[in-house]
Amino acid sequence: MPAICLYFQVHQPYRIKKYRVFDVGHSHDYFESPPGDRLNNRDVLTKVARKSYLPANQLFLELLNKYPQLKISYSFSGVLLDQLTEYSPETLESFQELVKTGRVEILSETYYHSLAFIFSKDEFDRQVKLHSQKIKTLFHQVPKVFRNTELIYRNDLATEIEKLGYTGILAEGADHVLGWRSPNFLYHPVGCQKLKLMLKNYRLSDDIAFRFSTVGWSEYPLTAPKFAQWVSAINGSGDVVNLFMDYETFGEHQWEDTGIFNFLRHLPGELLRHPDNYFVTPSQAVNKLPALAELDFPHFVSWADVERDISAWLGNPIQNDASQKLYELESAVLATKDQKLISDWRRLQTSDHFYYMCTKWFADGDVHKYFNPYNSPYEAFISFMNVIQDLKLRLEALTSKSRSKK
Amino acid sequence: MFGWELPPFNSGGLGTACYGLTQALSQQNIDITFVLPQRVGVKADFMKLVFADLEGFEWPPEITPYDTLKMLPPGIPPDMARDLLSAVNMYARRAAAIAKKHKFDLVHSHDWLCFPAGVVASRVSREPLVTHVHATELDRSGGNGVNTTVFGIEKNGMHHSSAVIAVSSFTKNLLKTYYQVNSDKINVVHNGINADEFDISLDEQNPLETLKQAGFKIVLFLGRLTLQKGPDYFLKAAKRTLEYYPKAVFLIVGSGDMEGQLVNEAVNLGISDRVLFAGFLRGKMLTQAFKAADLFVMPSVSEPFGLTALESVAAGTPAIISKQSGVSETMSHVLKVDFWDVEEMANQIIAVLNFSSLHVALKDNGKHEVKKVSWQAAAAKTIEIYKKVLAKIG
Repeated sequence: MPAICLYFQVHQPYRIKKYRVFDVGHSHDYFESPPGDRLNNRDVLTKVARKSYLPANQLFLELLNKYPQLKISYSFSGVLLDQLTEYSPETLESFQELVKTGRVEILSETYYHSLAFIFSKDEFDRQVKLHSQKIKTLFHQVPKVFRNTELIYRNDLATEIEKLGYTGILAEGADHVLGWRSPNFLYHPVGCQKLKLMLKNYRLSDDIAFRFSTVGWSEYPLTAPKFAQWVSAINGSGDVVNLFMDYETFGEHQWEDTGIFNFLRHLPGELLRHPDNYFVTPSQAVNKLPALAELDFPHFVSWADVERDISAWLGNPIQNDASQKLYELESAVLATKDQKLISDWRRLQTSDHFYYMCTKWFADGDVHKYFNPYNSPYEAFISFMNVIQDLKLRLEALTSKSRSKK
Repeated sequence: MFGWELPPFNSGGLGTACYGLTQALSQQNIDITFVLPQRVGVKADFMKLVFADLEGFEWPPEITPYDTLKMLPPGIPPDMARDLLSAVNMYARRAAAIAKKHKFDLVHSHDWLCFPAGVVASRVSREPLVTHVHATELDRSGGNGVNTTVFGIEKNGMHHSSAVIAVSSFTKNLLKTYYQVNSDKINVVHNGINADEFDISLDEQNPLETLKQAGFKIVLFLGRLTLQKGPDYFLKAAKRTLEYYPKAVFLIVGSGDMEGQLVNEAVNLGISDRVLFAGFLRGKMLTQAFKAADLFVMPSVSEPFGLTALESVAAGTPAIISKQSGVSETMSHVLKVDFWDVEEMANQIIAVLNFSSLHVALKDNGKHEVKKVSWQAAAAKTIEIYKKVLAKIG
């Protein structure tokens, strides 16, 4: 009787424009690339909305109406919601409409889709609260289950999240942590009293998210009946199958002509053909299902790359330098109480900026290159660091102004 | 195989490339007879050297493969080469006798200087010809004043070839577009480098040590001072850099017909105290220059390959290279820029000088990557082309 939990990540960063050293002290609109540029956020967002969000939302609305048993969940980054508000209000409305069905749960995350937990617990807490307020305002829901940026997880994240009052948390079902154990049960995080841990079934999730259109894959083409059969086969050896993936899987990572929407259209019906299968949202799973055992995550684990660690964002000299230079400004930036400055500083925390600086396999032209709108990790770093220089100048100006007032 | 020069008697990348390629080919069991136009004390015991002995011809230093046609002073006897073109023709005439005397399966000829010799040797021996293009007249002239005789020699050489080797896709495209060479006939074989030879330590006696001790960062330009190599863009970027990063010195290594103009330009830009002209360097002095620099910039207007970029990275000095270069097809861990985009060039220079983490990342990743751009790989590809050509004839 496996439950099926669908969670989709919806996020777009504010990409930094080509920002040269000569712009320092002159230009402060770091995220405003000219229209037509690969780094133009409005262009990217409207394109993704057209290819993915809008058709996928339309389809899910139909499916929710057709199958009263169907339940889904989303995690929206705050910066995505801000961009929807500004660039594509109709997409935001279509998400709100989905939530109104009462069978869509929204998860908690950091407003800025940041790595704040790694650098500053205080800033992390503030961003989680900001996000929660935003979700309440837009969707009239209070998130009860937390998922961290890119499923980055460690024991102390769980204890922090329990302190903040959440009932559940999500993580990657990484082999090196699970060992012989199955991702298809709930677990008990080390050091927590009540909080429950849900693990992504990465094989089944990635069959859809990554392998769906891979012609060389032995299971190609993937059909809804075939996939439903794999899920049903877990019956008896698991409580819940967690299918976690980027929402852009539908229409953007897997283009429409791969047949991904058609697959999705038939999936709920096929899953429900097996009488023991049923859908849950993350909080329903957490409330209903027992935690099987304690699971120890002493080191950071994420859902990225084969390593499933945080080396996609932090690890090489430029990533370490950029993140350190950013977070060492924390107390000074917050002390200014200048909303624009604080917001800019926080937008720079979005994990994507550090992902773009990843030099792992850069030469081999793999997935990192595909997802990088900059020509190279080095160019991403140069623009980022030049922006930091400008941010510092603004910070100094504000600080000396307030000093002279006193 | 017909070449024009070999180190240490070379004036640039052509000799270096011929040496690297033939050494790797012979290690992969190719038996090479290498022909040079004149007798020099070259040490290359891995192949048989043959000299065409253009008699009485004193090789004047200004005759390089790069200055397409340069007249010599008057008073030269009629049986001697008067200029580069007559030397090329004489080389071709000697090639007939050489081809009759030696046994080989295939003729491989490097650049226009050796194309006529290659065509003659191929005709006499009835063995197929492979021409190898390291640079074209279009690159050398930088778009101004193409010499039609040279252009014709290039075109004719490739026309008589069973296969053409281009040192980059950049060059392949040029050959397709401007020389109308059939695309199927052109094979890209990127140049390589013996990276270990550049992984040396910095000599503390190096002449730049005083500057470095004083806290100056050194930005290096290395190449012929001609339009093709873009030294004027280097100076403009230097000017822009110094406005933001005053503690930098711009070192120009190389000689060429733009030297006087560049000295004047540095004065006009008001940066003559920050631009050093070191002249032409070779051997240890050259590797020391790479090693001492904090950054290497190759702003070429049109660069079929650009071996110096590999040499710099192998020496552990990060490189900014022109997008209009063949070497940019082989390296990811360098910064790339359009040669005309002086603002971006300066932006990148300042970033590498300012952010040590960027310098370290480029240096470490680049050193690792450049090892894969080897002469062994180039030789393996070349042998595949030999096989293809011989199979077609067979």
